[in-house]
Amino acid sequence: MVSPAQTKEIAYEPVIGLEVHAQLQTESKIFCGCRVSYGEEPNSLTCPVCLGLPGALPILNKQAVEYAMRMILAVGGQVNGHSVFARKNYFYPDLPKGYQISQFDKPIGTGGAIQYRVDKGEPQCCRLIRIHLEEDAGKSIHPESGESRTRVDLNRCGTALIEIVSEPDLLSPQEAYAYLVKLKQILQYLEVCTGDMEKGHLRCDANVSVRPVGQKELGTRTELKNMNSFKGVERALTFEIERQTALLRAGGEIEQTSLMWDEKKQVAEPMRSKEESHDYRYFPEPDLLDLTITSEWIESVRAELPELPEEKAERFLSDYRIREYDAGVLTDSRELADFFEQVVALFDDPRTAANWIQTEYLKTLNELKLSVAEFPVRAVQVAGLLKLVSSGKISGKMAKTVFAEMVSRAMSDQQRDFSPEGVVRDLGLEQVSDESALALIVDKIISENESQVQAYRNGKEKLFGFFVGQVMKETKGQANPEVINRLLKERLGN
Amino acid sequence: MSDYKSMTAAEIAKAVSSGQLSAVEITKEALELARTEGKELNAFVTLCEEKALKQASELDQIVKDDRAGGSPPLPLCGVPVAIKDNISYTGYKTTCGSHILEGYQPPYDATAVQNLIKAGAVIIGKTNMDEFAMGSSNETSYFGPVKNPVGDDLVPGGSSGGSAAAVAAGIVPIAFGSETGGSVRQPASFCGIQGLKPTYGGISRYGLVAFGSSLDQISPFARNSEDLALAYQAVSVYDPNDSTSLNYERPNYTKALDRDRKFRIGVPKEFFAEGLDAEVEKSIRDGIDRLRAEGHTIEELSLPLIDQSIAAYYTIACAEASSNLARYDGVKYGIREGGDKSLAEMYAETRSVGFGDEVKRRIMLGTFVLSSGYYDAYYQKASQVRELICREFESAFEKHDLLIGPTTPTAAFKFGEKIDDPLAMYLSDMFVASANLTGSPALSIPCGLTSDERPIGLQFVARRQGESELFQIAHAWERLA
Ligand SMILES: [Zn+2]
Repeated sequence: MVSPAQTKEIAYEPVIGLEVHAQLQTESKIFCGCRVSYGEEPNSLTCPVCLGLPGALPILNKQAVEYAMRMILAVGGQVNGHSVFARKNYFYPDLPKGYQISQFDKPIGTGGAIQYRVDKGEPQCCRLIRIHLEEDAGKSIHPESGESRTRVDLNRCGTALIEIVSEPDLLSPQEAYAYLVKLKQILQYLEVCTGDMEKGHLRCDANVSVRPVGQKELGTRTELKNMNSFKGVERALTFEIERQTALLRAGGEIEQTSLMWDEKKQVAEPMRSKEESHDYRYFPEPDLLDLTITSEWIESVRAELPELPEEKAERFLSDYRIREYDAGVLTDSRELADFFEQVVALFDDPRTAANWIQTEYLKTLNELKLSVAEFPVRAVQVAGLLKLVSSGKISGKMAKTVFAEMVSRAMSDQQRDFSPEGVVRDLGLEQVSDESALALIVDKIISENESQVQAYRNGKEKLFGFFVGQVMKETKGQANPEVINRLLKERLGN
Repeated sequence: MSDYKSMTAAEIAKAVSSGQLSAVEITKEALELARTEGKELNAFVTLCEEKALKQASELDQIVKDDRAGGSPPLPLCGVPVAIKDNISYTGYKTTCGSHILEGYQPPYDATAVQNLIKAGAVIIGKTNMDEFAMGSSNETSYFGPVKNPVGDDLVPGGSSGGSAAAVAAGIVPIAFGSETGGSVRQPASFCGIQGLKPTYGGISRYGLVAFGSSLDQISPFARNSEDLALAYQAVSVYDPNDSTSLNYERPNYTKALDRDRKFRIGVPKEFFAEGLDAEVEKSIRDGIDRLRAEGHTIEELSLPLIDQSIAAYYTIACAEASSNLARYDGVKYGIREGGDKSLAEMYAETRSVGFGDEVKRRIMLGTFVLSSGYYDAYYQKASQVRELICREFESAFEKHDLLIGPTTPTAAFKFGEKIDDPLAMYLSDMFVASANLTGSPALSIPCGLTSDERPIGLQFVARRQGESELFQIAHAWERLA
């Protein structure tokens, strides 16, 4: 028996497992032909099947199966040749059949792992237990003040989901966060899910327990629900780990239960016991045949898997000889990586391109809160701008001004010419590099400032800047500084 | 048109497509009978007068426009047909014999309905049934029991009692019921007509309100084998909207009827078990002797697991039903009780008021057998038994073309006789349930009468997709009788 005084000294460590639901971006729902779309008139995207009308039957969407297969293969899991759909039975108004078609003891995928890093630390690995296919429920729209009835919108009902269940391999809220970031990145690379947690396209429940450091067996776990951002998951876990640790230190016991995270109050509160005491009575779905996946099918999906972030970053290192850190940033999303490659295809200096994209380009995207796809300035314009700099037509400093003008034109009126060449021309910013033209100006400055020339030749070398300034004034700052330096040195040289 | 009642579907289709008879006149006759005799029997929940007359006049027009006879005649042209009230048909309510679905009208047609209409059938009405097809006597219907045309005090059998009575009374030559565990063969036997439970997957279930999804099949009734074959042919079509629909080329069933085949017929001794009425047994044994005399090979065999079929059947059917009937919750359609109370109370009150006792009993039974801690001992075990019965049947069909036995242990019983004794009621399905578990096609055909003139039913079971054999033996049997 350990006395409370002693328990206080014990250090505890958390153990976390995550269950992530990812909405698949299939064109139609998983068991009917209804279109998948958001923000439409409530209940407009429905049919007898997804409304759960008497007599309607499900038909499995092949695209949903392939999307699930992509994810399983991408994380190194096993696509099971034989899997079974099962009914998960429970009553809720947004579940029109009174059961959800899911998978239970024979999921489509088993095993696999997600590699993640916390900040810039060493790569870590979280094993996956399973990935299975299921249908989403509808949405209950609970009354605002003044209304007494809950309304039900079944547009979402029947949308394809995969549930990705991890082993309890995550040992801190930060690891859970990093795991989610990586998971989202993979889903996005595979183009199977937008990964948008705020919009509910990705949902995460967390199982968490704590145990004395060094102890092998797991403590009693609780389940956290209702987090709607990755940071929310991290905060909820931190809260719950502290609660469990404090409770154990005070000699208490953890009750196995489900807790709802309240983002406003920043606390996790137990659900009413009625809501969680479900016996789902799973049994094989008799309306669907067992799902048989041939090895040929698996191989054809595998053959079409896109390059994943790590592979892409490796290739960027060897193909473009950019820095490792830059390769990491540029492969953060598939669209950014593609953008970089489009720029490099037109502008043959990957390091400069990498720098530029990470600074000016991403800064502007962040400010405007736009994605690469949404941003009207494309790779061809960015490459064009970089070419103007490298050929000496404009200076690097001017390029920032030009880019700002390009963005402002593109954002306000795309009819207007927002090409870098057009902007440079319109603003009259073209750098003068023509030697004969500059030589005339340099000669003119020298002949007009004889006393300064004399002083310079007598050793007052600081005056060199004065001559540069004069030439710049004469050329309105558009003279190529390198050329001026050379010409001035030639002529002033003693 | 005084001979309508005695006309077969084949005769009506021929007469209508050749212009000798008007589909509208035939339809009016059928509707009139449904309104009079059908009402006496309580066979119909709804008459589909408006759509039926419209369909019929369109058919008459088609026939008129095609005087030259260019297009092939529709196989069921102008044939009045009734469908069980658990088959979705737009424009009319689908009640499933239950209070809970009050006011519900399906916004889509069952695939079988679409195929019937394509074949030229005229749907005149929706027939009364045991609530959600749960019952063997038609006494569980919210709309009151159907009477057996054979005798007012006799049950018509269930759950497709309305369809059976409508055919037996001559209101329609063809009607469709549904089987989950004998719900067509048993009433066919009680009413003295023929009923076919097809191969599982033979007819699309899309639009058939589910009871036990892995067992349910829309199933036809007729008064003779040719009509039964015509009825099945019209609706046995692969349907991509039903994952369990079988995709294979169906033979021409009516063409094959006359083939004089000698079958190897197995007689499972378990079909002559304890509880079999002596008169029924004698009649069936006599029938088997006549088949032997006709040159069919008759062999006894034992399929011991048939004895387990009732237990396995009720476990699986109730489990699936408990899930299938969860959608009747007062949220989307049908009645709602306690709408101003909490969600849980609304559910409880709606379902308490909406469902009858038998449905509640089976939902509770099904919920229990799927519950954690009991699943392995009940649902899982029943599924294993089912698998074993399938294997037993498969090996039997290696040696035999058909199995034979009584459809039911007794002839039609009286109202009130078993309704308070669920177990006795369930046992009336003891010979039919195995074919539902195995997905085998099975046909019930009249085989004499008891001393008090109640019909006796003889059942043939064939291997999966063996409907042709069933129609052939039924046709041969008719010539014997
Ligand atoms: Zn739909």
